[in-house]
Amino acid sequence: MARAVTTRQKTINSLAAWAVGLLIFFPILWIFVMSFKAEGDAIKTPLEVLAAPWTLENYGVVQERSNYSRHFANSVILAFGSTLLGLLVAVPAAWAMAFVPSKRTKDILLWMLSTKMLPAVGVLYPIYLLFIRLGLLDSRAGLVVVLMLINLPIIVWMLYTYFREIPGEILEAARMDGATLHEEILYVLTPMAIPGMASTLLLNVILAWNEAFWTLNLTAAKAAPLTAFIASYSSPEGLFYAKLSAASTMAIAPILIMGWFSQKQLVRGLTFGAVK
Amino acid sequence: MGQIQLNQVSKSFGSVEVIPPLDLTIEDGEFVVFVGPSGCGKSTLLRLIAGLEDVTEGHVTIDGQDATEVVPAKRGLAMVFQSYALYPHMSVRKNIAFPLRMAGLDKAQQDKSVAQAAEVLNLTDYLDRRPGQLSGGQRQRVAIGRAIVREPAAFLFDEPLSNLDAALRVGMRLEISELHKRLKTTMIYVTHDQVEAMTMADKIVVLQAGVIEQVGSPLELYQRPRNTFVAGFIGSPKMNLIQGPGADKYGAATIGIRPEHIDINEEEGLWHGTVGVSEHLGSDTFFHVQCNASHEPLTVRATGEMALEYGAEVHLTPRTEHLHKFDAKGLRME
Amino acid sequence: MATQHSRSAARLMMAPAVVLLLGWMLVPLTMTLYFSFKKYLPMRGDSLANGLDWVGFANYARFVTSSSFWPSVYATLVIVGGVLVITVILGIFLALLLDQPMWGQGVVRILVIAPFFVMPTVSGLVWKNMFMDPVNGFFAHVWRSVGAEPIEWLSQASLPSLILIVSWQWLPFATLILLTAFQSLDQEQLEAAEMDGARWPQRFVFIVLPHLSRAITVVLLIQTIFLLSIFAEIFVTTQGSFGTKTLTYLIYQRVLESQNVGLGSAGGVYAIILANIVAIFLMRIVGKNLDA
Repeated sequence: MARAVTTRQKTINSLAAWAVGLLIFFPILWIFVMSFKAEGDAIKTPLEVLAAPWTLENYGVVQERSNYSRHFANSVILAFGSTLLGLLVAVPAAWAMAFVPSKRTKDILLWMLSTKMLPAVGVLYPIYLLFIRLGLLDSRAGLVVVLMLINLPIIVWMLYTYFREIPGEILEAARMDGATLHEEILYVLTPMAIPGMASTLLLNVILAWNEAFWTLNLTAAKAAPLTAFIASYSSPEGLFYAKLSAASTMAIAPILIMGWFSQKQLVRGLTFGAVK
Repeated sequence: MGQIQLNQVSKSFGSVEVIPPLDLTIEDGEFVVFVGPSGCGKSTLLRLIAGLEDVTEGHVTIDGQDATEVVPAKRGLAMVFQSYALYPHMSVRKNIAFPLRMAGLDKAQQDKSVAQAAEVLNLTDYLDRRPGQLSGGQRQRVAIGRAIVREPAAFLFDEPLSNLDAALRVGMRLEISELHKRLKTTMIYVTHDQVEAMTMADKIVVLQAGVIEQVGSPLELYQRPRNTFVAGFIGSPKMNLIQGPGADKYGAATIGIRPEHIDINEEEGLWHGTVGVSEHLGSDTFFHVQCNASHEPLTVRATGEMALEYGAEVHLTPRTEHLHKFDAKGLRME
Repeated sequence: MATQHSRSAARLMMAPAVVLLLGWMLVPLTMTLYFSFKKYLPMRGDSLANGLDWVGFANYARFVTSSSFWPSVYATLVIVGGVLVITVILGIFLALLLDQPMWGQGVVRILVIAPFFVMPTVSGLVWKNMFMDPVNGFFAHVWRSVGAEPIEWLSQASLPSLILIVSWQWLPFATLILLTAFQSLDQEQLEAAEMDGARWPQRFVFIVLPHLSRAITVVLLIQTIFLLSIFAEIFVTTQGSFGTKTLTYLIYQRVLESQNVGLGSAGGVYAIILANIVAIFLMRIVGKNLDA
């Protein structure tokens, strides 16, 4: 039972937590502020930066000069494409493992997980070579497949844990009620699994959106998503803080919003059910 | 119609045989209860009849047709699950209509059947709610409604009342019995609660470790238990089973006497003992008596209120006409 | 519950995922293993078509004897170790703090979790330029405002700087998991301990920490696996200079920058072995949990 907490105690808690929270969030806040300042003002002292006039011009400049929208589109295609493709492969697999478990189910799940632990750099050259041979270097199709493969274990795993929460008796009830396997999946399983699938989609879009090993190493100009585009600011010319901030704000804002909706799934998805 | 026959049906999981080959006939319109301690295979047996498990050997016959290889949906049976297994994303109306929808009935027919079932089960006001918004008893009724609308050859109940609290359980027990009287459809009911078995069944099947110990009407089982297991399992409180010298006198390895068949008084009797804990229920009083005939304390029932202090000396006399005698193998002696 | 029919359907449904992952694992792994025993310098004309020279374990030996090997092991250990210590300790305190009753709990949680969703290239670049730049960075301004000489973070204190950046990214993860673990702690256990006369520090040590131990282990293992392969943060900041060349980055340079595929592949095999050692422990925990 919750015990009554004094207002004083609660005030102290709140102040401390808000202070820490703002401190941690500050760099993001600062990016956001900077993105609305002129380049010349952005390098001044923090107080001067705050006092400087606000402007939207950086967002326009980033759009024009660097084809920002194409990189953004690439990010969307890669993140959603790889996740949807992953769901397509993972849903049947997770369904089978959750509802028709066999002695090997656990081994298969753990083995799938182990592929996620493979350090990417260990297989960098083979993949690079295969991409060259198959003409996939700097292509969105190739990256969609790679991102799908690296997130597939997480997708299978998350779906599996969601599916397992659906009581088997309900599916048996459907069978007794005369539903065929096809109807059982369509009318009973799918509606019950949709929340879990949506959560899985959300988290894996985020992971794919932020993936920054393969996207940096397998793309050039054409298929580069935002991760690679932002990385091009590491060798800048002239003043660029405000532009970097504007580009960064646009790159992280959508995912930040999605991320706030998927806090719970984050734990489930990245700990493989080891923490509840 | 709903006659179900099991011929030499057995079930193994891997190398573990949970049900050795058994035969059983369930007549049309019977209310049959499978009862036994948990793990005795009663639910597995029910699921074999439902088709949710494959039989390892033997045949399941429904109304004279071999149904062994028939999928659950085509057996014409309806099942009520322990967890109710309602579809959480559908309204009560959709839940009840689901089997009809699967059978391809048109909307008007579906609505008519649902309305009828809802009327019978007092669910009319709840048809548009989701299962999550219902109480345990109401969920149970929805599960039954979903079974009724199919007009099945037989109803299968898998411990349907075990998730309800005690008061609701008694109410639902009556409702299910009434339903059976009205529909006259075969019902197979699985429970570990012998009170449910005794109060509802036309025929009780007592199972232990996958083996049928006895089949009979509640009174047959109460009056003539075939062995010590059934004797101890049926009846509440349990039958007193006495071994050793107390039993030798009657020429049996074990004798059984129910608490209600022992007379207790402070003056004289066959056995002699001291009163332990007494349980006063108002209508009856149960005494736990440590006596010279048995190592275990005996349970004795006295009708109405009777006051005996802890440690009081008493005399017990079994009514010999109600004495059950069992041989060394635990089988009933005639 | 399963019937024969559903078993074969299940196998069919699992096939695509299993086949894809098997291919994804075996094909590149076999190639890496193959290259690691070969002399393979594409820039000097070696190619698969002309056949590669077998060099035995020479690449493996050269990788560990090269002058950059031990520094890279050191950098890796310092970064991984530093981030683990910081995120777990701060994570426990933060989780404890967030678990208290307060106003605006939801908003604070969001603020704390946010860095995890920032893409690595953004956080690397933003920290490098807007905070750690010795001339125009936020820290430089702050240092100057108190009359101190600004620090050249990424060259003078390169490892601590990287640890700071990466910790900022991973602290939310540790916090969130530990918070989840906190919330699953049975309050009655704490009340029972209180009735038994345990004061707050004792309750923390004897009840809370043991309850958290599994979550902490999971955080340690998962973070280790991800931290061993951090790449973008180094790529956009120091490019491996100033002693920040981790094992991952060293292998990357061998393979793609100096194009010594044989040598890099041998390094890759080491990295795979290292990751697997950590993974085995993680698997055992996850596997145990599957049975429960």
